[in-house]
Amino acid sequence: MTADLNSYLFVGAVLFVCGVVCMATKRNGIGVLMGVELVLNGANVNFVAFSRYTDLGLDGQVFSLFVIVLAAAEAAIALAIALNFYNNYLTIDVDRANKLKG
Amino acid sequence: MNGESFLFTVFALATCLGAIAVVFSQTVVRMAFWLVISLGSTAALFFLANADFVGAAQLLIYVGGTLVLLVFGVMLTASGPYLKIATSPGEIVMGSCVGLLFLVVVYASLNGVDWREPSTAVTESGNPVVATGNTLRPIGLSFLGSRPDQDLTADGETLTPGYLLPFEIVSVHLLVVLIGAAYLARAKRRAVGSG
Repeated sequence: MTADLNSYLFVGAVLFVCGVVCMATKRNGIGVLMGVELVLNGANVNFVAFSRYTDLGLDGQVFSLFVIVLAAAEAAIALAIALNFYNNYLTIDVDRANKLKG
Repeated sequence: MNGESFLFTVFALATCLGAIAVVFSQTVVRMAFWLVISLGSTAALFFLANADFVGAAQLLIYVGGTLVLLVFGVMLTASGPYLKIATSPGEIVMGSCVGLLFLVVVYASLNGVDWREPSTAVTESGNPVVATGNTLRPIGLSFLGSRPDQDLTADGETLTPGYLLPFEIVSVHLLVVLIGAAYLARAKRRAVGSG
């Protein structure tokens, strides 16, 4: 496998698909969070690859930095929500969070 | 196959297999371990793609944040006291062997580097991946609003020159997020039996 644009995009696609499957199948709230991290990471791989192999230049790297920072913020808030949910329900099973179901 | 393709193959395989293992692991601890493997290999891919500052930020923020996730996941999902914490002697021997090998590798690579003039030595070694990856100064300048890597005086250039405003917005956003997380996660009365 040579290091060209399509290889990087394939790695990003694998990360994205794994993240989506992880978000859809895990019943653990922390597992869903890890799926979100994988999806954002796949997007980062694409940004950096386009920054390297096209004339996008530095913009791709700057965008991936923003994605990293916002993912850290999202993880902090989601962990706080999971902790709050655990305080109320004594579990972090996402299927138990059905109080708002219509 | 040159060195860059070999390294890319290794780290791309580690990234993909780590992500797949995250999906198929059952316990949170193993999921977090495979996530660390996947994210660390992604940082190595960033280094290979000449994005050294992004790779360093990935290692610092993402992998560190994931370790925090691991700790919180273990804390939240432990459904009872650990039955068996002590490691077996075989695992101790195995871990010691791995640690000694790692020490040998680190010491060998320390001795293999010419530390006197690192920038010129790297440039003369002819490794294009290492020699062209110095992106720290352009990224910092673009966050301050100037773009040394683009000619903004060309005709038809309507893009904003830098990232000063998003940088400030992200700073305030991080402050708000941290205060909000501390507010959400503060200790409250536990509703026992309502779950």
